[in-house]
Amino acid sequence: MARDVVITGVGVVAPGGIGSKPFWDLLVSGRTATRTITHFDASPFRSTVAAECDFDAQAEGLTAEEADRLDRATQFALVAAREALEDSGLAGDGPDPCRTGVTLGSAVGCTTSLEREYVVTSHGGRDWLVDPDLAVPHLYDYFVPSSMAAEVAWAAGAQGPCSVVSTGCTSGLDAVGHAVRLIEEGSADVMVAGGTDAPISPITVACFDAIRATTPRNDEPATASRPFDRTRNGFVLGEGCAVFVLEERERARARGAHVYAGVGGFASRCNAFHMTGLRPDGKEMAAAIETALDEARVRPDEVSYVNAHGSGTKQNDRHETAAFKKALGDHARRTPVSSIKSMIGHSLGAIGSVELAACALAIENGAVPPTANLYEPDPECDLDYVPLTAREARLDVVLSVGSGFGGFQSAMVLTRPGRAEQ
Amino acid sequence: MNAVVVTGLGVVAPNGLSTEEYWNATLAARSGIGRITRFEPERYPATLAGEIRGFEPAAHLPGRLVPQTDHSTRLSLVAADEAVRDAGLDTGQLPEYGVGVVTANSAGGFEFGHQELDNLWRKGPEYVSAYQSFAWFYAVNTGQISIRHGLRGSSGVLVADEAGGLDALAQARRLLRRDLDAVLTGAVDGSLCPWGWIAQTSTGQLSTAEDPALAYRPFDERAAGFVPGEGGAILVVEDEAKARARHAPRIHGRILGHAATFDPRPGTVPADDASALTRAVELALADAGAVPDDIDAVFADAAGVPHLDRAEAAALGAVFGARELPVAVPKTLTGRLCAGAGPLDVATALLALRDGVLPPAAHTQPSPRYGLRVVVGRPLELRLRAVLVVARGLGGFNSAMVVGASH
Repeated sequence: MARDVVITGVGVVAPGGIGSKPFWDLLVSGRTATRTITHFDASPFRSTVAAECDFDAQAEGLTAEEADRLDRATQFALVAAREALEDSGLAGDGPDPCRTGVTLGSAVGCTTSLEREYVVTSHGGRDWLVDPDLAVPHLYDYFVPSSMAAEVAWAAGAQGPCSVVSTGCTSGLDAVGHAVRLIEEGSADVMVAGGTDAPISPITVACFDAIRATTPRNDEPATASRPFDRTRNGFVLGEGCAVFVLEERERARARGAHVYAGVGGFASRCNAFHMTGLRPDGKEMAAAIETALDEARVRPDEVSYVNAHGSGTKQNDRHETAAFKKALGDHARRTPVSSIKSMIGHSLGAIGSVELAACALAIENGAVPPTANLYEPDPECDLDYVPLTAREARLDVVLSVGSGFGGFQSAMVLTRPGRAEQ
Repeated sequence: MNAVVVTGLGVVAPNGLSTEEYWNATLAARSGIGRITRFEPERYPATLAGEIRGFEPAAHLPGRLVPQTDHSTRLSLVAADEAVRDAGLDTGQLPEYGVGVVTANSAGGFEFGHQELDNLWRKGPEYVSAYQSFAWFYAVNTGQISIRHGLRGSSGVLVADEAGGLDALAQARRLLRRDLDAVLTGAVDGSLCPWGWIAQTSTGQLSTAEDPALAYRPFDERAAGFVPGEGGAILVVEDEAKARARHAPRIHGRILGHAATFDPRPGTVPADDASALTRAVELALADAGAVPDDIDAVFADAAGVPHLDRAEAAALGAVFGARELPVAVPKTLTGRLCAGAGPLDVATALLALRDGVLPPAAHTQPSPRYGLRVVVGRPLELRLRAVLVVARGLGGFNSAMVVGASH
């Protein structure tokens, strides 16, 4: 018998608020959390805006030792995982450790800590032969990011399958998709799954500067992220994390768990085109959407909301609009599509999970988050992007998509609880 | 459920830059371990590694790919090319979304990343390469292999330290069971630059020996750490019926079973706790529909770190009892290749199944205290039907895979 997967816990660390409630409040308010970078002096860089989290590790319950040793992205993951487990009712009296696993998405791992330690061990960048005597004892944990999933597994008491999924900017979506497959096939009954990244560091800012992927709109930081707007000129780097508790549906039902949504379908494709470039026709993303809808046994015209990748680069928003039209046909013009990156920026390997959290909360709360900063429609992007203001709506089927460097295109379908049984 | 078969092998290893070169060197116990040459290792606590030497990227890859890729990505592309050739795979003849790529990685294009950190911090932001954003990250090998071969099916990238390579093969098998026809999968790994080196020496698990013959000696009384290396293997795996339908030139063998588990939190159990590893082996056998007597040999993880060697020996003892199961450790000739190790061991196991011979481990004198029959000295000829491959990653990752002969 097929095993279906439901979301029973949500935890979020996002710019503008720690916790799923402040996160949702920000989204429906249409406020933005983008600002001039404060993590370091970004003035020598082309893009100096970012969506930063106001995060105090110890105030969020981590020990001083954890605050010192763990990369910021790992800290986010621990805080979000704890919220998700408490939310699910599984904290403390956990499930069988051997039947519980972890998949964590991250595009750049512990890159911020690696860079910090590089600066120390290279004496401020001067020495190619870095100094081993200055290396912290846990340097290897920054070097190989599976350490991030290990920390979450220890915190969750999980001894089943454990890994990091690192498919660039679709990591957060793909990590949840991977966890869903592990439950479906019976390798686990409960998965703690999500995505985390804290990439706001000089090397990451510089690498996106070098290809002009991020916006140079430095004088208007609060409105710098402009998905689907005619004046968009690049994405705003962000940071954050979302973690879910995923469970086999009958198990969740048997224990009377609150269910946010069912995971109806998931699919991923590659464009085999270019490491950073996108073909304008959106073909592979459309193929991923069609396959995910098929798996969910949902017709394109049943999609009640699309959470777009909507990064705010010229090529992405055009690519994606074409993909929606190809996959959803005429319905693409009738269904609301929005990008929360307009408010919380693009947190790379985390954002797929953060956007999925927005989708689960949208179903739960009966509202569609808006696309902020969308004042001047682009004739090439001619769908209903829910400009500026959230909308109340009953959402039965929600589609979330992601697109990443390396050519990855992913799509996931969430369904309102109870819908699958109808 | 349909069988998943391996139809193509591509190997890049410190002791051989193609499958047959590697296999010949391995059977002859020719080691690729030596003093590091890519940078001056004098000041570092460990100075030995399994380096791939004499690799000329321009001889294998288009010139435009060279400046945009890390050394490890170039090697992964070469391995993928060999695997595709070996499989006789004409990807243009397969369904548009029928072929995917699943690789594992540990640190991405780390040497490339070191160069760009150097550029940024020594010279300034405007000196950072336009390729940095995609040359160093963990997804790079999957992305570049996908582009080079025009593969657009469901793909992925896993990181689980040294266990990740087997997990990638298992994910490929999962995708084949859903809707793919073929997957290029495995891992080619390695971070032999100063910055990657101090990250590896920081674990305290690397051998500090200066003589390659005395450095990496798993299951030996004198075991005192391992030697890291670079390389790995990329495999073409296919649904058996589809491979036969396209008249694949050869079937190297089958992927029969897999399981992954994670250790309890350190400090809550003894350091040599084997419970989760034992469970991974048991679950992999169950997944293969096999009992312990069906397994003819083990390719061990062989950490070369005493408490880890004890745990592995305990897990094998718990599953296989007093059976004198031969244990192969070909990685004593290459060093531990992190994510690349599992796929290379699977490739080696398939060659062993093909030729009915287990390669010898080098440098090590197995101690009776481990109760393992480690193959040393000369190759061991025997009939092999199915073998177990074990891979463990730092932090508690356990992965076990059962592979079987083609017949």
